[in-house]
Amino acid sequence: MTDHDWIEIGVLDDIPRLGARIVERSEGDIAVFRTADDEVFAVRDKCPHKGGPLSQGIVSGKVVTCPLHNWNIQLDNGEAVAPDEGCAATYPVRLEGDRIFLSLTPNEGCPNT
Amino acid sequence: MKEKLVLIGNGMAGVRTIEELLKIAPDKYEITVFGAEPYGNYNRIMLSPVLAGDKTIDEIMINDLQWYQDNGITLHAGKEVVSIDRKERKVIADDGTEAEYDRLLLATGSNPFILPVPGNDLDGVIGFRDIQDVESMLEAARKHKHAVVIGGGLLGLEAANGLMLQGMSVTVIHLMDTLMERQLDEPAAKMLQKELEDKGLHFLMGAETEAIIGHDRVEKVRLKDGTEIYADLVVMAVGIRPNIELAKKAGIHVERGIVVNDTLQTFDPRIYAVGECVQHRGQTYGLVAPLFEMAKVCANHLAMMGIGRYEGSVTSTKLKVTGIDLFSAGDFIGDENTEELVFQDAARGVYRKLVLENNRIKGVVMYGDTIDGSWYFDLMRDGTDITDFRESILFGQAHLGDSGHGEANRVANMDDSAEICGCNGVCKGDIIKAITDKKLFTLEEVRAHTKASSSCGSCTGLVEAILASTVGGDYSVAPHLKPVCGCTDKTHDEVKAAIRDLELKSVREVMDKLEWKNEDGCAKCRPALNYYVIATWPKEGLDDYQSRFINERVHANIQKDGTYSVIPRMWGGGTTPDELRAIADVAEKFNVRTVHVTGGQRIALYGLKKEQLPVVWKEFNKRGMVSGHAYGKALRTVKTCVGKEWCRFGTQDSTHIGIELEKMTWGSWTPHKFKMAASGCPRNCAEATIKDFGVVCVDSGYELHIGGNGGIKVRATDLLCTVKTEEEVLEYCAAFMQLYREDAHYLERTAPWVERVGLTYIKERLIDDEEGRKELAERFRYSQQFAQDDPWAERAEGADAHEFTPIKKVG
Ligand code: SRM
Ligand SMILES: Cc1cc2nc3c(=O)[nH]c(=O)nc-3n(C[C@H](O)[C@H](O)[C@H](O)COP(=O)(O)OP(=O)(O)OC[C@H]3O[C@@H](n4cnc5c(N)ncnc54)[C@H](O)[C@@H]3O)c2cc1C
Ligand code: SF4
Ligand code: FES
Repeated sequence: MTDHDWIEIGVLDDIPRLGARIVERSEGDIAVFRTADDEVFAVRDKCPHKGGPLSQGIVSGKVVTCPLHNWNIQLDNGEAVAPDEGCAATYPVRLEGDRIFLSLTPNEGCPNT
Repeated sequence: MKEKLVLIGNGMAGVRTIEELLKIAPDKYEITVFGAEPYGNYNRIMLSPVLAGDKTIDEIMINDLQWYQDNGITLHAGKEVVSIDRKERKVIADDGTEAEYDRLLLATGSNPFILPVPGNDLDGVIGFRDIQDVESMLEAARKHKHAVVIGGGLLGLEAANGLMLQGMSVTVIHLMDTLMERQLDEPAAKMLQKELEDKGLHFLMGAETEAIIGHDRVEKVRLKDGTEIYADLVVMAVGIRPNIELAKKAGIHVERGIVVNDTLQTFDPRIYAVGECVQHRGQTYGLVAPLFEMAKVCANHLAMMGIGRYEGSVTSTKLKVTGIDLFSAGDFIGDENTEELVFQDAARGVYRKLVLENNRIKGVVMYGDTIDGSWYFDLMRDGTDITDFRESILFGQAHLGDSGHGEANRVANMDDSAEICGCNGVCKGDIIKAITDKKLFTLEEVRAHTKASSSCGSCTGLVEAILASTVGGDYSVAPHLKPVCGCTDKTHDEVKAAIRDLELKSVREVMDKLEWKNEDGCAKCRPALNYYVIATWPKEGLDDYQSRFINERVHANIQKDGTYSVIPRMWGGGTTPDELRAIADVAEKFNVRTVHVTGGQRIALYGLKKEQLPVVWKEFNKRGMVSGHAYGKALRTVKTCVGKEWCRFGTQDSTHIGIELEKMTWGSWTPHKFKMAASGCPRNCAEATIKDFGVVCVDSGYELHIGGNGGIKVRATDLLCTVKTEEEVLEYCAAFMQLYREDAHYLERTAPWVERVGLTYIKERLIDDEEGRKELAERFRYSQQFAQDDPWAERAEGADAHEFTPIKKVG
């Protein structure tokens, strides 16, 4: 991953704890989540089930529950919690102090559709 | 270093415990399993269908050898443990294999009881317990003709049926005068016997076995009265005995079974026991459902989580003989304190008996048509007072209407392509495939894997029936008290009491104080906790935004494409040219694709983007319109008809009362959505009798109706009372809503709540107790002080702005 990939998107307090905000893109939005202990994760804002906006779900631990049909998606790898099967692309996130940097090159593993 | 766990007994209860343990603490133990039988772990229940030729041995394997490998478990299959050295903490098997343990789990099951009669050790005399027994039976069926089964209980009849299907001529010898006397009353038992005789079985009732006769192999069975019956095979199915020899030899306290406490611990704190070998609170069990409950609790303690108690089980019985439907549970014989309700339709071969004590179900026997078995069983387990529907209870639940399903659905006759779950489009074949491929056992598992029955729930009975016919039994154990979710063992009522008594005023506090297992809870419990907190502490309670479902967070309904709908309030279902113009203007201005007249007498705009919402609301606010809460577990709509003002039949001003009701109640949060209606006369054009609270105007005043539902399962309201004035209508409504707010469980609508607590109880609280009613109404009005702010106005002014804007736009 090259350095110029990173873009600064905001600071920690822009995102509520156990909540999410979106980074809007023409190629499709990315949901940026903040956990209770201030970890930040970025996941394609599109549920592997039927495309529900994951950013709108309830966050607990490192899991978000999709608002449309309650699939649980793991924030760190984008995988659906069993027994559901599927995964959403994740993106690298870096914190510098409370500044949040996001890379728009998805991590390998899940399809970025 | 991992601790060492040794399991003795590779059967259903023991391995289930390991499975539960692996789910919650996969890395805690190095696990070793000893099993006397030379296989992986199989579904013992399904031996009957194997014998009947409906299944193969392969199909009933739950965990094959690969599973043990995949999970890093050492399996000693075919090795029987012969002693436990508690001092050295190790077990020793018959071939000398030893294994040390830090913790030991005993799950040795039980043994068939073999009658102490001469000849009981002849070749061809067997019990019915394991694969080997089934293989002996199948072999006998290939070579011989005559079989005798001793014992006309569940197991005996399944064996007899199977042997008959394998081509043998079978006689069942039973000591009592009726079959399955521990599970059936006389009428049901007679129906069963007749049906089995029609299938070709022979019965000798009231017959006691004296001896088994033969040289090398069995040849005859002789009864006390001298009768002799030819037999090439004798199956003893006269009962089981917990297998406690090993434990006893090791000095562990045993009575009829290995004695355990509520955490499934034996008298040696390092040793646990589960399954048919245990005795818990004086009780031993011979069915799988309770064993699985034990497994769950035991796993929890082995994982050192230390929560959860096993408090005993209520069990029910079904017989796995194709074409025969019977169900029984509880005390179905009764005594001088009980009464009976009986339904019998000889022509259809249907029989039902309920045994009641103080209008609560104590026991059930059903024959011929058992579709309502699980409903009665639930009522029995919950101790529900059935007074209010006593006159119709024998007709089952379906007559209450579930949008036309119910009786018409006979699972057995359905094609694999028949759609079972209309919400998620799941067919019978999909469910069966998931059950067999993924080895599912419980309703919850089927829900999780297939989604069937996970949405509206109206197909639950069908899914249970498919489960029963596929894995052979209904394992859906709803413990007497259901916890809120997997994050806790506390029930809804316990949580509510704690919030009140310990003055817990935020979701965080509740989860901390009540020691939630998952730090942040989950999407199931957090909304419930949040509701309980704000309903209990309307003023001080912290409304936790992140614990609310998206709709309640952004005050609009999310749609399938991620856009939102907006529904402004139309008070009492009325509107004005100005309001209509406002709606038309907004629709035009924002290019709204769909404008729809809702089922709740108002107008909805669909397809708005999230960031448009605050502007749309501002627009509506300017024109005097506020949020309709169409998205909330909250007061929804109040429908009305035009009533006395226009209608030639109108008796009272139903429109006015509707508006007053809506003005009083809007903005209140409730356990589930709450809908009202007011009709001007008993013609009831506003459909008030399928609402949570309905008013039907009559000449002398207002009939107040409660607990109706028009959705998944139609339920007509119960009449609460008739009052004279509008003030009384409002007071009763406030009191009823508050009682519901305080009493019901989250996501329980008034209809199931009223059925659970009973109309009598509600009348006691609202009618008999005038003082109490006024206090309830007062508490409602108090809480409304903090609830009646238009959420749209706040957000149009900038509240929660982060919710409606991206953190960043790129590209
Ligand atoms: C909008 C509306 C359909 C329409 O376009 O007409 C509607 C739409 C939904 N209904 Fe409804 N129901 C609507 C009137 C009804 C009615 C008719 C009525 O209110 O008189 C009923 C039957 C009456 C009743 O509730 O008893 C109704 C029974 C249900 C049920 C079944 C509830 C039950 O207890 O059986 C659900 C499912 C649920 O709540 O779990 C449901 C759920 C839903 C949900 C919330 C589904 C969901 O979770 O997304 C739909 C939201 C769509 C949306 O975003 O707007 N809707 N729904 C109606 C809004 C009325 C309003 O003005 O507020
Ligand atoms: C034919 C049949 C039909 C049934 N139908 C139903 C039904 O429809 N519904 C229902 O709920 N229940 C049914 N049951 C009962 C159900 O199968 C049992 O309740 C359940 O299997 C008990 O589980 P368990 O783990 O306690 O014992 P088991 O499943 O019997 O497991 C105990 C295991 O421990 C092994 N073992 C014992 N001692 C040792 C030792 N010293 N060393 C090593 N291994 C040892 C045994 O070989 C056995 O494999 C049926 C049972 C049978 C036989
Ligand atoms: S609006 Fe109601 S009936 Fe229509 S699809 Fe949605 S939930 Fe089903
Ligand atoms: S779209 Fe996410 S669960 Fe269906």
